[in-house]
Amino acid sequence: MQQRLARGEAAALGELYDRFASLVHSLAHRVLDDDRAADQITREVFGYIWENPDAYDPRQGSMRSWVARLTQREAVQRLRQTETTAYAETGVGSAEELEAKVHRAGVAARADYIATSMPAPLRKALELAYFQRRDYRQTAADLSITHEEARRRLRLGLQLLATAETRPLDGPPGGHGRIL
Amino acid sequence: MPLSHTVLKSLLGAWALSACSAAETEAVEDHLTGCAPCAEEALRLRNAVSLLHEDRDLDLDPMLRFRVLDNCLKRRPARIPVPAWAAPYDAETARLDALLRDIGESEWHAPVRLKWYEDDALVRRKSTVAGVIGHLLAVDGLVSGALGLADPLGPDVPELTPTERTESFWKALDRPPNRTLRAPWRDQSHALVQTVSVAGPGAADLTVTYGEFALPLQDALLERAFECWVHAEDIANAVAYPYDPPSGPHLRGMIDLAARLLPGALAHRRRSGRAAPPRRLVAAGSPGRSLHLEVEGVGGGHWYIALDSPAALGSPDHTVAQVAMDGVEFCRLVAGHISPQEAAAGQDGDREAIHDVLTTAASLSRL
Repeated sequence: MQQRLARGEAAALGELYDRFASLVHSLAHRVLDDDRAADQITREVFGYIWENPDAYDPRQGSMRSWVARLTQREAVQRLRQTETTAYAETGVGSAEELEAKVHRAGVAARADYIATSMPAPLRKALELAYFQRRDYRQTAADLSITHEEARRRLRLGLQLLATAETRPLDGPPGGHGRIL
Repeated sequence: MPLSHTVLKSLLGAWALSACSAAETEAVEDHLTGCAPCAEEALRLRNAVSLLHEDRDLDLDPMLRFRVLDNCLKRRPARIPVPAWAAPYDAETARLDALLRDIGESEWHAPVRLKWYEDDALVRRKSTVAGVIGHLLAVDGLVSGALGLADPLGPDVPELTPTERTESFWKALDRPPNRTLRAPWRDQSHALVQTVSVAGPGAADLTVTYGEFALPLQDALLERAFECWVHAEDIANAVAYPYDPPSGPHLRGMIDLAARLLPGALAHRRRSGRAAPPRRLVAAGSPGRSLHLEVEGVGGGHWYIALDSPAALGSPDHTVAQVAMDGVEFCRLVAGHISPQEAAAGQDGDREAIHDVLTTAASLSRL
């Protein structure tokens, strides 16, 4: 894929979009809570990848996680800008509140990414227990696994999700600064 | 019997999700007052639960794909572009794929009633969402074959019509078709777009053989784009999903293809006695008696269909009849989704010519 993008193959760009557009758009939407802003981030992220096909380094993790990091960074940056502008114009809120909001949006986006990227058995168990309100015994029955395994999956799934609070997405932390 | 520390710890995830029994919940909460590491983890997991978030409706605006790619290509022009004639196929397969991504596993088995027009009568056939994807995969395989790509029907497939290919594909499945067909269908459509892009402009005129007839590659991909849209609409109806017609320029290309195929198809029907004999034969390449097809709405325009011979030129100066129709309606007629009688056409002039052209348009449809 990367070589095809580097060669300037428009068909590869289309495939890239088909693979990652819903990831990019939903992460951007989670941070910015606005459709048009998410559309704009989607444009920027794909524009950046297309113009800089060599920016992705496979040694830093999957292309998917790289695209997610780009998106999150760009969306959080956009949020910070719009919030700063709003703060400057209206004087409502405080710098601390702004930082807290930006932080929460970043955590939420990381959690979404983790939830969509964790192993399917863990995600399935969480979906049953949380969204469908099944207890762990019902979850075990639905998935044809032991009670012990259901407890293990629910705990492990939440442990993974909890890393959204503390850790950046997989791959080396920081170091990129403004990328788009 | 009191639960062991190991069991209590293993319950923390279920506890955070309120997915334990009442007795277990009480046991865990008692335990947390005395065990700092578990209390710390319990708090973290509870916080994590608050981060769970139902996927919001993920339907992306289908036009977003066009806008995003267009923006990219303006910033850095493609060295290997997707040929303009492959763009409708690229766009329609992407739209259908977006629909497929959003439907649940059970919806792949939703019944779809396929309709087309055969021997001047509407034919119906039952299938499922997955069955329709199998149909698209099998017939797109004709184009794969012409380009030297792997045929989804396997190696050494004899030359078959689209219907025969579909039947053969369906028969070879060892269980009812399901969502696993999405990936091979999508991979093939991506491979087709990639291959025609890399092949360069010369590929446009390669011949794709459909068994009973043949089309140049660029028309074949347009025909596949048309079929993809028509069946995407069948699927969308089956799962109650909104689905728009193709963009104006793409719709126009599809209408144009049908208009170009009409004189030949009319001659074919005439040979089997299903259309009136020619009235006035003219030298090949000269303007002949024509029907003026005026298509309204998105993708609309004017076409002049030569009535007496595919070798004649359609001409505004030799118009004997006029039909005015909405573009999407015309496409539904060509797809065999409505009969020539149902086609809400404004008609004027030679009634026999109008009848022949509308029934011929419907006869272009097939499974």
